[in-house]
Amino acid sequence: MSLEQSYVLLIAIFTASACALPGVYLVLRRMTLMSDAISHAILPGIVLAFFLTNNLSSPLLILAAAGTGVLTVVCVELLQKTGLVKEDAAIGLTFPALFSIGVILISRYSNNIHLDLDTVLLGELAYAPLNQLRIGGYELGPVSLYVMGVLLCLNLTFILLFYKELKLVTFDVGLAATLGFAPTLIHYGLMTLVSMTTVGAFDAVGSILVVALIVGPAATAYLMTDGLTRMLIFSVTVGCMNAVGGYFIADVFDVSIAGAISTLTFLVFGLVFLVVPQRGLIAIAHRHMRQKWEFAQTMLVIHLLNHEGLPEADEESEIAHLHEHLQWEPTFASKVVKYALNNKYVSQTATRLSLTDRGRSIARKALVQ
Amino acid sequence: MDTKATKAIEVTDLTVAYQETPVLWDIDLDVPPGVLLAIVGPNGAGKTTLIKAILGLVRPAAGNVLIYNKPYAAQRRIVGYVPQRGTVDWDFPTNVLDVVMMGRYGSLGWIRRPGIKERELAMLALQKVGMEDYRTRQISQLSGGQQQRVFLARALIQDATVYLMDEPFQGVDATTERAIVTLLQELRENGKTVVVVHHDLQTVTDYFDWVTLLNIRRIASGPVDDTFTSDNLRETYGGRIAFMKNR
Repeated sequence: MSLEQSYVLLIAIFTASACALPGVYLVLRRMTLMSDAISHAILPGIVLAFFLTNNLSSPLLILAAAGTGVLTVVCVELLQKTGLVKEDAAIGLTFPALFSIGVILISRYSNNIHLDLDTVLLGELAYAPLNQLRIGGYELGPVSLYVMGVLLCLNLTFILLFYKELKLVTFDVGLAATLGFAPTLIHYGLMTLVSMTTVGAFDAVGSILVVALIVGPAATAYLMTDGLTRMLIFSVTVGCMNAVGGYFIADVFDVSIAGAISTLTFLVFGLVFLVVPQRGLIAIAHRHMRQKWEFAQTMLVIHLLNHEGLPEADEESEIAHLHEHLQWEPTFASKVVKYALNNKYVSQTATRLSLTDRGRSIARKALVQ
Repeated sequence: MDTKATKAIEVTDLTVAYQETPVLWDIDLDVPPGVLLAIVGPNGAGKTTLIKAILGLVRPAAGNVLIYNKPYAAQRRIVGYVPQRGTVDWDFPTNVLDVVMMGRYGSLGWIRRPGIKERELAMLALQKVGMEDYRTRQISQLSGGQQQRVFLARALIQDATVYLMDEPFQGVDATTERAIVTLLQELRENGKTVVVVHHDLQTVTDYFDWVTLLNIRRIASGPVDDTFTSDNLRETYGGRIAFMKNR
């Protein structure tokens, strides 16, 4: 692996980690759409700052973009507070308005400046190492690496320092306010970080795919655990794994790195969604199936118990006729019989079923409830 | 805190409005220390808003609230709040013990994290509400009654002097309701002032010693025996209190 390649990989890992951290809070606060809004609405901030500095990696760009990001949040909340517009519509109105200002600025002055929409929308990680930090003639590594490194440290510090406050404000904003923990301040602090992280990640992945890095790993981690700390750790881990995996996929198939990372993010989420224990789709389906068979088996043993020792018992326990008595499909009935036989709830003598002691006690217990 | 104070909570001329619609009109309310007070009134009477205004969660259009002669901001430490169960996300990734410890966050202040002491206090509070076996339980797996007990435990470890509770009996089973009442009465015996937004008129006389009847205006407030009269109730609820006519 060349030096350039390891730089790219390291930038991808830093970006993924920096995005995955605030993502957890956006997912828990049901504000993931806000990250989409911010990532688009910061465009005019970036363009204006770029006009001033003529440098795509100037820190001023990040500050200007963060300002526009917070402005987006304020606009959405003000619109919402009027009671005339719901939150989703407020977001849908605000960010295209701001984004379009950026688009107009770029298209009007694109002849004079080196800033095109493709770079902004899609980014290109592979070119990131070209922009080197130079001090006194020495090349000290890609600017992106430093930018994302600083942002990662900022996010980490904010979350480590205010872990308790963020948790309280996210879980119970009313209690947070009564205890004096200024929920609005924490909210805007978080939004400022999201805005800054988003613009920092622009270089690497562009304004659209950055949303995948913020939301994807956090949503995946949410499915994997019941604890906030673990959710943060899982989110960063999943984000990094996606970044590394996506990098090598892009390398092998010679495709966009950002595209590969985002696709992998979606695939990993889908996989976890399917296979995670307890709450995954497969676990749920499995549980439903088992409940279905358990319930049918209970019906069967209760049926046998009700007729046990009575004159009609022989007729009612005839395996071949069970489906008629219970009004079941014949194939379903024979499967239930097999299931109950396997569990030793019933035993078979010739063509008839009889309850085992275990089956009898289960039936009685079910009837008592 | 002035122990000889005659008013635990003093609300004067409080008006709260959302946009131009008044939710509370010119409320005057004195709550003496050491009472167990029910705020009752029909839906939309402003019961929750009154509690939120006392806690500074909604900004009044006019009027003033004092807790032991000082504004709320100066008395945060001595006020415990139990919000309605439905106001938080019970799918939040955390467990019972952790939620209870949130009650100590106020006295910990910014940045400092809860430690062994907070954990011990939380365990004691959980024992008081009969939930110590659930300490590691993920909160999404709790029943409504258990959620309410967790909220109470969280308020208990605040070790407040004044408690404000919004519908603590809402959607809980009979056992939990009895357990909560016992707990509230215990708090009163220990000299705490407990204000409860309450829905069930049938139980007011059994559970509480003071009552405030509210319907946007304050209709009446005082000891249950003098205040919880059919005249006052009729004024609060209009004509719709047929089931109370044997009073």
